[in-house]
Amino acid sequence: MRTLTQLADGLRRRSFSSVELVGALLARIEKSQPALNAFISVAAAEALEAARAADRTLAAGGGGPLTGVPIAHKDIFCTAGMRTTCGSRMLDNFVSPYDATVVARLKRAGALLLAKTNMDEFAMGSSNENSFYGPVRNPWNPQMVPGGSSGGSAAAVAARLVPGATGTDTGGSIRQPAALCGITGMKPTYGRVSRYGMIAFASSLDQGGTLTASAADAALMLREMAGFDPRDSTSVDAPVPDYVAAIEEPITGLRIGLLAEFFDKGLDAENERCVREALRVLEGLGARVSQVSLPNLPMSVPVYYVVAPAEASSNLARYDGVRFGHRCENPRDLTDMYRRSRGEGFGAEVKRRIMTGTYVLSAGYYDAYYLKAQRVRALINADFVRAFQSVDVLIGPTTPTPAFPIGAKTADPITMYLNDIYTIGANLAGLPAISVPCGFAAGLPVGLQIVGPHFSEARVLAAAHAFQRTTDWHTRVPVGYA
Amino acid sequence: MSEWETVIGLEIHAQLATRSKIFSGSATAYGAPPNTQADLVDLGYPGVLPVLNGEAVRMVVKLGLAIDARIAPLSVFARKNYFYPDLPKGYQISQYELPVVARGTLEIVLEDGTVKRIGITRAHLEEDAGKSLHEGLPGVTGIDLNRAGTPLVEIVSEPDMRSAKEAVAYMKKMHTLVRYLEICDGNMQEGSFRCDANVSVRPRGAQKFGTRAEIKNLNSFRFVERAINFEVARQVELLESGRAVVQETRLYDPDKGETRSMRSKEEANDYRYFPDPDLLPLKVDAALIESVRATLPELPDQKAARFASQYGLSAYDAGVLTASRELAAYYEEAVRAAPEDPKLAANWVMGDLAAALNKEGLEVGAAKISAPRLGELLRRMHDGTISGKIAKEVFELMWSQGSSADAVIAAQGLRQITDSDAIARVIDEVMAKNPAQLADYRAGKDKLFGFFVGQVMKATGGKANPAQLNELLRKKLPG
Repeated sequence: MRTLTQLADGLRRRSFSSVELVGALLARIEKSQPALNAFISVAAAEALEAARAADRTLAAGGGGPLTGVPIAHKDIFCTAGMRTTCGSRMLDNFVSPYDATVVARLKRAGALLLAKTNMDEFAMGSSNENSFYGPVRNPWNPQMVPGGSSGGSAAAVAARLVPGATGTDTGGSIRQPAALCGITGMKPTYGRVSRYGMIAFASSLDQGGTLTASAADAALMLREMAGFDPRDSTSVDAPVPDYVAAIEEPITGLRIGLLAEFFDKGLDAENERCVREALRVLEGLGARVSQVSLPNLPMSVPVYYVVAPAEASSNLARYDGVRFGHRCENPRDLTDMYRRSRGEGFGAEVKRRIMTGTYVLSAGYYDAYYLKAQRVRALINADFVRAFQSVDVLIGPTTPTPAFPIGAKTADPITMYLNDIYTIGANLAGLPAISVPCGFAAGLPVGLQIVGPHFSEARVLAAAHAFQRTTDWHTRVPVGYA
Repeated sequence: MSEWETVIGLEIHAQLATRSKIFSGSATAYGAPPNTQADLVDLGYPGVLPVLNGEAVRMVVKLGLAIDARIAPLSVFARKNYFYPDLPKGYQISQYELPVVARGTLEIVLEDGTVKRIGITRAHLEEDAGKSLHEGLPGVTGIDLNRAGTPLVEIVSEPDMRSAKEAVAYMKKMHTLVRYLEICDGNMQEGSFRCDANVSVRPRGAQKFGTRAEIKNLNSFRFVERAINFEVARQVELLESGRAVVQETRLYDPDKGETRSMRSKEEANDYRYFPDPDLLPLKVDAALIESVRATLPELPDQKAARFASQYGLSAYDAGVLTASRELAAYYEEAVRAAPEDPKLAANWVMGDLAAALNKEGLEVGAAKISAPRLGELLRRMHDGTISGKIAKEVFELMWSQGSSADAVIAAQGLRQITDSDAIARVIDEVMAKNPAQLADYRAGKDKLFGFFVGQVMKATGGKANPAQLNELLRKKLPG
């Protein structure tokens, strides 16, 4: 199995056909599904059809940067004519009438949609145990969670079932599963990638990104996904650099800030060892490391669990059984229809967050929770701005621990929430951040996180790419999936 | 004078006359088959996002300039959260803490002619909801989302009005203004212009406001007046019998002419307003304001003042003639055709023309006599071709036949008799036929002068020039 970049090259040189590639991957997907449950829907016939068309285009000397390359979309991205469930019973029957902008752009670049990946319901979760379609398992150890909420995308790429997949990151939902599955997960700057057609969880935090085997692949995929979209008022109208070219920039003299707050007592010793070793590698490449403190960062988890549920409680109000999605049988009246449709359609974690969000926005609590959280969010943002006056990127662990056993944290939501303690800051401040594999702890992958200032994707990717040119952690594949 | 003072504030909802909706590209035209003007954004589909219509922003800025308000350089869209089947997203996008327009004023003229300034607290942009349909759908509720996402401006007044009449005067003035500005078609039957009235009473002289009731969704001036009067009487009766007014939302039933409780304060929704994270704060810069200012028409008050001075009209007449841009334009066009007597033109436009329009339920734009043709009729009066009395007859024929004044006068032979000899001959005949009355007149019964005028007019088919007739009669009757 080769990387996304290599596959795109191979197809262009016609070393193999898209039909051959799609056929091989479909076989792998079918074989893996009982063990990993990484996918919710597989578009076998449509992908083969598209592969045949791609092969004709390539034979005629045409095609775009990703022509014939099969990819998977997290099932949060709307795909025209195809079921888009968001991991929820609520949307089990929902066939989107339109393509998300991300889906349309990747299609325009030539990529084929092979399958839709499993995920925590409405992207709420850090372990992929909150899916209506059952948990996803970690290809490195099927007893372990793959992380979440983009757990299906992470497991699929880790097991080399697809060369690349989209994901969304609201509090770490790309980076955390990427770290736990030993792959590269990139969350761009808020506003870099259109949110149109990406089912909303927390609108001010959600950002689409990539899960790939390498930073080079992330650069290629992101280049095709990113850019202003007039249909998303929060997308930013700024030119998209050629990330593929930009990542070759050497990192000599790169000023790295080591995030002091991340090396706390919650950090697993093995994870810390891997991250510190990675820093030495980066120093060896000419980067200069200094310690940086972001004093308000430790408040990011409580801030997040006010802001994200508040937005979610409103975003998920549209699932009322009236126009689409789940509607209960034989409603007695309107209230009964609302209560049962939503009661049956949503899982426990989604309900918990809707209730939390409704509470923090209620009269009498708004100031104490929502408004205060927004003020602290501004302080955290200011911490980052100050830090980036003296360093180019911030580095730390992606997660406190490697993957944990399925079921280990489901009883205690707070313990589960703390899994995102290192990733949430970048979402609150809207910063680009990447997680790259940097070693193993007891046979499970460990992730290194690199965070940059707004719109510094090229720099973040270049640092990750430089690291991957001198290490081989990102090339490791779980046993049985080589 | 009652010992109770009424306090009224109005929240007017005016539908903005944009071609497309406020956050989607769907058309806003009224009356399309259900759900044919609702796209995925209006339907609140998963993943869709709102994009603000710049035309709606220009329109609300235009209103802000016309009421001399402060235009916020930065305002914020907020979500008003509640569940209802015709509210697709489960929230309405509105503006809450930071509206785009604040602190304006509008002047109204009271019955005694004094001018009163009504304060306008704020005006903000928001989207309308859809409609629930029950008619012809036994056992189920239909949802029509054509209206969902239609741009509205909500104009909130200060509690400055002290009677139902003042409230109606204010609402009419705002209705005139939004149509002048061409930001709303003002069609009240279609719901394009409606209001909620906040009504309370307090002992005359009290500083503190009484507990108010909000009467929802009043869509005619008559309903506003009746609903407020009913509500005031209800509240006074409660207070005078020692009971309290409850803060609540009430509905007006036009069939029964009464308001009734819809929900109390305790049952009121907690809307959980918060800034909409899908929309950036709305920025209105000086360049935008200036470009909108350049499109401002002559406003109703300016036009009324000009009419009064330029045409020598009373303030009342100028106000009536400028109540709509179309009426004012009609009047000015008629005056251009007959510049000799603007006051006469005013009387005819406000009198016979208004009556004819009223009778057939027509707007001035659909008048069956064009302004230049009315001017021609006025000129025929002015030049003595016909008398004012005959002119009314001519007007009716012009209206029913669609002909010009000259054509009607010629066809009906209505040209006024201005030949003194001819009139004198008729007078002689009348005097000869009515010797008894003549004798009485000469004996001092002056009132019989009118009898002779009438007889001559009858004999001439009303065509005798009245001034000449009077003069000749005064000479001849005394003998």
